[in-house]
Amino acid sequence: MDIGFIVEYIPLYVEAAKLTLGIGLIGIALSLIVGLLIAFIQYFKIPILRQMATGYIELSRNTPLLVQLFFLYFGLPKVGIRISSEGCAIIGLCFLGGSYMAEAFRSGMESVEKGQEESAFALGFRKSQVVRYVILPQALSVSIPALCANMIFLIKETSVFSVVALADLMYVAKDLIGLYYKTDEALLMLVIAYLIILLPISIVAAILERRIRYAGFGN
Amino acid sequence: MQDLGIRVLFLGNNFARLLQGLWITIRISLIAVALSIVFGVLLGILMTVKNPVIKAMTKIYLEFIRIMPQLVLLFLVFFGLTKSYGINLSGETSAIIVFTLWGTAEMGDLVRGALISIPKHQYESGAAIGLTKWQVYRYVIIPQILTRLVPLAINLTTRMIKTTSLVALIGVVEVLKVAQQIIEANRYTVPDSALWIYGTIFFLYFFACWPISLVAKRLEKKWKTT
Repeated sequence: MDIGFIVEYIPLYVEAAKLTLGIGLIGIALSLIVGLLIAFIQYFKIPILRQMATGYIELSRNTPLLVQLFFLYFGLPKVGIRISSEGCAIIGLCFLGGSYMAEAFRSGMESVEKGQEESAFALGFRKSQVVRYVILPQALSVSIPALCANMIFLIKETSVFSVVALADLMYVAKDLIGLYYKTDEALLMLVIAYLIILLPISIVAAILERRIRYAGFGN
Repeated sequence: MQDLGIRVLFLGNNFARLLQGLWITIRISLIAVALSIVFGVLLGILMTVKNPVIKAMTKIYLEFIRIMPQLVLLFLVFFGLTKSYGINLSGETSAIIVFTLWGTAEMGDLVRGALISIPKHQYESGAAIGLTKWQVYRYVIIPQILTRLVPLAINLTTRMIKTTSLVALIGVVEVLKVAQQIIEANRYTVPDSALWIYGTIFFLYFFACWPISLVAKRLEKKWKTT
């Protein structure tokens, strides 16, 4: 183990971690938005959009991010659509994450009892009001564990970004192995970097999961 | 229309080569799933043991494996083991090791969840109507565990197939590598082949995983009430 080497190259890892986190967070934010939109589409049963949403969910859940990125980054330029590395990474992550988030929101919304919806209608709520004041507040608290798990999953998935020529953590590690043959040091720093990024998130998620009790009526 | 890039798929045996490449990743994931079901059941049973040392060890194993991106684990085994211990593993072997380790962790957690979800009174009522311990497991506990576990295990298979696409990055010649070879070989004759080839792979993965996840979903729904 060469401590000097590790100290020397820590800045590279910090830069890479910033990049991973930055793109990861943008991707997660976008996929939350996409997920919520799709959950609404499915809840309101909007005709054509609903079938499209189902198709999208199946397509995105049953293909690996790596293949999606290859298509975006190497395939699309052939028809004149050129997207930067960062763009590809964000679009890919959002395409993948959107369906996972949608499923999390949907299962939360389905967990709210039908009777509540009906009572709200009986009180004269419009459908949008039912969602806003009755369904969503309860659904969100049910969805949060799944949403947290998805976030961790998506950040883990960012590890394939090196294939679209983004200098993320894997890229830096591979570079150092290739350039200096310092495999142990490079891999150790890689593991530590991911632990630093993911451990706090997973601990917070575990605490949240314990603290958030089902906020629904009854129980 | 004659210069459509899709014709590259039908040149020579390109499509068959792609399918062979896909089969390599699927084979890795099937072996890994089979192994992880065996080890996962053992781990799951081990995790319900009330020994603090075993509990701590299994917990650390589980958390570490689940928190690390699978690609990092692949790098650790493929590059790390070779450098530190001089163990030379082929890409495929290290992939099977890594995905078995990962699958065991996932499966172990599922088995543990299924085991502790069976309320105690099930065992007690079984004993009360005069079943022997073996009969309680055979007729009461195991059927309930299986109905909970089988859909989740099938789901794990699709996740495994998707994740094994990563082996391209440690140099296993699977579907993405074959695709690159085909694209390079036809760079001048079919310049836009990348779009078609990668698009095809996208759908190949989809049609490999989709039926499996449909089966899982159907089973889950069917067995929900039990």
